[in-house]
Amino acid sequence: MTSTEVRPARVTARGWGWRHGGRGRAAVAGLDLDIEPGEKVLLLGPSGAGKSTLLHALAGVLGSSEDDDADETGALLVDGRSPREARGRAGLVQQDPETQVILGRVGDDVAFGAENLAVAPAEIWGRVRQALDDVGLGSLPLDHPTHALSGGQKQRLALAGVLAMRPGLVLLDEPTANLDPAGVLEVRDAVIRAVAATGATLLVVEHRVEVWKDVVDRVVVLGSGRQGSTGAGPSGVVASGPPSAVLDARGDSLAAQGVWVPGRVPALKGTAPRGAGETLLDARHLAVSRAAAMRRGFGSKAPAPVLSDVSLTLESGRALSVTGPNGAGKSTLALTLAGLLAPVRGAVVGSQALLAAGGSVPRHPEPHRWRAKELITRIGTVFQEPEHQFVTGTVLDELRFGPRQLGRGEDRVDELLQRLRLENLVDANPYTLSGGEKRRLSVATVLAAHPRLLILDEPTFGQDANTWAELGSLLLELLADGVAVLSVTHDADFTRALGASEFAAGSPATAERSVTVGKEGA
Amino acid sequence: MSAVSAPTTTAAAVDPYASARAAQPLLGRVNPLAKLGALVVITVALVWSIDWLSAGIAVLGELLVLPLAGLNLRTLWLRAWPLVCGALLGGWSTAVLAPDKGPLIFSVGIWTMGEHSLLLGVGFALRGLAIALPAVIMMACTEPTELADALAQLARLPHRFVLGTLAALRLVGLMVEEWQTIGMARRARGVGSSGGFLAGIGAKLGQSFGLLVQSIRRASRLAVTMEARGFGAGPRSWARPSRMVRADAWVLLGAVLLAGLAVGTSLLTGAWHVVY
Repeated sequence: MTSTEVRPARVTARGWGWRHGGRGRAAVAGLDLDIEPGEKVLLLGPSGAGKSTLLHALAGVLGSSEDDDADETGALLVDGRSPREARGRAGLVQQDPETQVILGRVGDDVAFGAENLAVAPAEIWGRVRQALDDVGLGSLPLDHPTHALSGGQKQRLALAGVLAMRPGLVLLDEPTANLDPAGVLEVRDAVIRAVAATGATLLVVEHRVEVWKDVVDRVVVLGSGRQGSTGAGPSGVVASGPPSAVLDARGDSLAAQGVWVPGRVPALKGTAPRGAGETLLDARHLAVSRAAAMRRGFGSKAPAPVLSDVSLTLESGRALSVTGPNGAGKSTLALTLAGLLAPVRGAVVGSQALLAAGGSVPRHPEPHRWRAKELITRIGTVFQEPEHQFVTGTVLDELRFGPRQLGRGEDRVDELLQRLRLENLVDANPYTLSGGEKRRLSVATVLAAHPRLLILDEPTFGQDANTWAELGSLLLELLADGVAVLSVTHDADFTRALGASEFAAGSPATAERSVTVGKEGA
Repeated sequence: MSAVSAPTTTAAAVDPYASARAAQPLLGRVNPLAKLGALVVITVALVWSIDWLSAGIAVLGELLVLPLAGLNLRTLWLRAWPLVCGALLGGWSTAVLAPDKGPLIFSVGIWTMGEHSLLLGVGFALRGLAIALPAVIMMACTEPTELADALAQLARLPHRFVLGTLAALRLVGLMVEEWQTIGMARRARGVGSSGGFLAGIGAKLGQSFGLLVQSIRRASRLAVTMEARGFGAGPRSWARPSRMVRADAWVLLGAVLLAGLAVGTSLLTGAWHVVY
């Protein structure tokens, strides 16, 4: 019954452009695009090409009251009408699962959009059940609490909420960027099933071409319009056609722009290290929990560990990747090794070599008992969300912060600015940078304190291929200098490129597993 | 599909939570607005006097209602122990500090307690409980979404405000974890190195600012999500119609009776003691 009710939407752009209020440069300029009703389109382009802006505009959420000095040119139409007037014709799913959930019960959350479109109550619940079935969540009771869902389930719930509005146009803005590989496939398959059931037009923005290339009819590539070293680049649509044709014809230029083209792993400068280094950090029979940080005073009872009996050794000049599904305790393990969480059981012990690095030698060998100043010269930690680590108002101050805390010279600051292509942004506010720039800055700030051991939590999540390659090359250089690198990652290419050993958390065998990095040889 | 053959308006079709609700204790099935009304009736009746009798009767009545909300003394304690401790502490200080009229009960150093001040203290503690318990009982058996439904549909509060608040409340739970993460992220940058007291305060202020920034970002992303689902423009329908039925009137009536009994008994026995 669904297919007869949903009328797929047509998208038309004629010389369309948009400049956000307070910005000098337009986010999108001179866009001409036609998407036929029912067509499934993957939208590609370098970061800064305005892909998200286009999706927001089509969803009718651009140009709200806060953004009143924004500038629109040309025409962007859904079924010949302005998207703001075509309310309910388009539905949008965004990247962050936490902010895709609106209400506390699964049924209420899915019903929310339909309520806002003033659908009759008796019809709403039929739509809710249908939508939940279409995304594969039909087995959940309607009063299931939404906070108990996994990231992939939350994204599917968001999709169900959109489907219950019966939109003619489904817009997905990097819906799988925050998910583990199982979650990515789970969401993609739900999208395919739902769109097949309703016949709606589909427009997806995603870095990972591999995931979507076999299920879309057409790939559209947007240019950045940003001046590179060779002058102004093209803006608007620079390529359009069947996935294989576009990828064959334009694979090189897409890859050069940072798009993840299937079958191409960016080349890194430098080679992966081999052989054994000296021991820097040793973990024995470690059990970890985030609740450990909350334990004060009364709490004599140890919290239940999320991951236990982990034994591993980190050696200079060697890389280790911690892998495993979401929720396996990988990040918690990394934070404990980084001296930011106290272990529930077992111990993390810094070797003499690590203790001797930096100025004053800590009295205890365990990193979580070190003072912050003692910590940052030995272990540097790069968090998954760069914004969590910004502590000043400009890029330059961010880089100077660590050395100043240590009372050191700032000799490395200029080198890092240049190395990570931040020299044109020294006065910019860190929060205003693009995703890739934020990632580069967060790595640079931690490196400014010369740590002997670098711990990174999902460093390649949501990054384009260019940032990926820069990061990888930098890490290879650090490894060659004798720094130990531990990454929490789902990215098998990244692990391979660094020549890293792997520690799989959360698999059944983990309980008694231990690894020693480097001892086996690469 | 069944929805085609049965375009019904029966309660079951409109309210998919009907079966889950039937399994709830009596007060869980009552309209949240009726519960809110009952709470207001009892609270307003009790704020005028500081005698122990009216407050005692109210507390007794409220404890008798516990099973109707699916609570017992143990589960109530788990939810309300900070309130109970607060009430007892308040009562104790009142008993010790109030001027000692009437026969003296004990005197230890500067602490003296007379019969009068003891009654005053007991009255104070009971009143604190009598006013706090209805709110605890109500929160224990009320689904926030249904409270929002009732406030918007029956009390006619602006739905943008009610639903916006409801959605924002979900984010509050995330802030605890976010605070911890930001604290660790900042330690990893070397914040808090100098270790002084002022530096410590400065570090906490910075951490609060980080939390504020992240909360605003989250909130604005959530706002986009809601707007993209058509929130806030034009008329909307309600998937869960909120209605008052006869049982709801009984709950209100019960609250009026309890308040009347407490105040009436107190007035008749002369225990009533207006505060001003």
